[in-house]
Amino acid sequence: MRPMTKKRNWLRRYTGVYNRGINPQGFHVSQIKFYVLLLPLTAVMLLPIAFIISNAFKPPDELFAYPPRFFVVNPTFKNFTDLFSMMSNAGVPISRYLFNSVAITAVTIAASIFVSSTAAFALSKKRFKLKQTLFAINTVALMFVPIAVTIPRFLVIEKLKLLDTFLVHILPVLALPVGLFLIKQFIDSIPNETIEAAQIDGASDVRIYWDIVLPMIRPAIATIAILTFQAAWNNAETSTLYINNESLKTFAFYLGTLTATTTTGANVVAGQGIAAAAALIMFVPNLLMFLFLQSQVMSTMSHSGLK
Amino acid sequence: MQIEARQSRVEPIAARQSRARFAKWWSREGSAYAFVAAYALLFFTFIVVPVLAAFGLSFTFFDTIQPPHFIGLRNYITLLTQDEVFMRYVLPNTLQFAVIVGPGGYALAFFLAWVLAQLPRLPRTFFALILYSPAMTSAVAMAVVWKALFSGDQSGYLNSFLLSLRIIQEPIQWLQSPQYLMTIMIVVTLWSSMGIGFLAMLAGILETNPDLYEAASLDGVSNRLQEIFYITIPSMKPQMLFGAVMAIVGTFQAGAIGVTLSGSNPTPQYAGQLIVNHIEDYGFLRYEMGYAAAASVVLLLMVLLFTRLANRLFAGED
Repeated sequence: MRPMTKKRNWLRRYTGVYNRGINPQGFHVSQIKFYVLLLPLTAVMLLPIAFIISNAFKPPDELFAYPPRFFVVNPTFKNFTDLFSMMSNAGVPISRYLFNSVAITAVTIAASIFVSSTAAFALSKKRFKLKQTLFAINTVALMFVPIAVTIPRFLVIEKLKLLDTFLVHILPVLALPVGLFLIKQFIDSIPNETIEAAQIDGASDVRIYWDIVLPMIRPAIATIAILTFQAAWNNAETSTLYINNESLKTFAFYLGTLTATTTTGANVVAGQGIAAAAALIMFVPNLLMFLFLQSQVMSTMSHSGLK
Repeated sequence: MQIEARQSRVEPIAARQSRARFAKWWSREGSAYAFVAAYALLFFTFIVVPVLAAFGLSFTFFDTIQPPHFIGLRNYITLLTQDEVFMRYVLPNTLQFAVIVGPGGYALAFFLAWVLAQLPRLPRTFFALILYSPAMTSAVAMAVVWKALFSGDQSGYLNSFLLSLRIIQEPIQWLQSPQYLMTIMIVVTLWSSMGIGFLAMLAGILETNPDLYEAASLDGVSNRLQEIFYITIPSMKPQMLFGAVMAIVGTFQAGAIGVTLSGSNPTPQYAGQLIVNHIEDYGFLRYEMGYAAAASVVLLLMVLLFTRLANRLFAGED
């Protein structure tokens, strides 16, 4: 008798009314079908990324193996050491591209947080004439497709004498309508009373922004940091279009030349390992950023609604 | 004389008044404008001006050597009546790509967000990370993978796999053959379509009020599909719209994928030629900037049209 009831209790725990539906706290039998669906799907979706990782650590004989094998057997760091001992065709060491990317990305993230959060603060909590208009224009600009205006953008950048400068990597990325939109929606959730109380205490706008608003919008800032990171770190286009000076180009651009030159010829297979190593270096920071900041991103996203 | 004298007395008063008004305005709104200034300046320079310039240039002939001169609507007329490549390949390709990847990727993102919302926190985060990770890879980094997987000789992974199963008899030039390129482009873009819109929809579903579901089951909503259409979607319309806009922008922004995969612009027999590639072809390869600008305007109008449609669907009466 006893084991029977125990078993039934156990069953009841996972088949009852609790933990069904949206946002459950624990396991429920109704979730099994979702696991059955998600496990194979995510496994397939992971294949390309698994492929990068696997190829990056393959020794030459495995890269050349026929028939090709997906997973690495004897992992080695050879591709990475090869990558860093290489020079680009223009005679620039790889570390230079990497340094450019890191520097550009760091400056862009800091500047983007500053620029978007100050504007978002004003659009959310200040009263001024153009407020509604500016926010409306920014909302329309959410559907802006940068790739469509590459040419006029080129002309603007040429007129501003920004060609072949460090700034051209940074400035265009800073105008990020989604970023402003998300922070503004997030600041909207700070009660006006908090701001007003500080104003009555005589706090200036700069103080309110710095001491009250900024600490309260950390999740939104984390989200902007991720979005800007992705835009800046993965940016190869700026280097292609606006930069002639090889020593000002980015790692993403260099990776592009690696894959472009390894499409034909005997280098194809040997190049694959090095290209995969470079691709892995591109991918890992993205992953780490999201891994650390994902809970902040999710809490920002619940304010993302477009009305 | 009299009038002049009066005027000279009035002038300084008016000037003083306007200065006082300015001071008052500055103390009230000045700091707000100071706060938006940096963003507004960048936004204006890198978004507003290029869009306006695209409009302006689209009515001119401009080869970058001589200054642009006005030719009216001729670029548009040529684009729509004489550009055989545009009408036969670029436009149908763009529409096919956009219609499958846009709504397809969007529906997939919503469905997966809905599934994930019904799992406990830990597995949910785990799966969300995996589904989102393709969206954070860059096109250049992934080109490494696609080129190896779809490589045209027998050492390509897909070819080798299909050969070993005897599904195909000889290796296929996946990325160079017109009949496969578009399909691969669509698959690759769908793979990476669980981006920021997906996260927004996931957050939206998680935030819906649980009481609503209970009330609905009392009101006779019996199956999950009804639940989705009568409760989940209506109560997260703003997130649905945000996701839709992100899906549309992402779709058109992904247009360069065909050139990245095949390694050439134009793509083999124009099979993967999208409007974005057409713009680049005319702008940077043939230096017909005015004509390219007209194509840009058409692209922007397409985005606008699709967004309007999404607005119709989701913009709440509430």
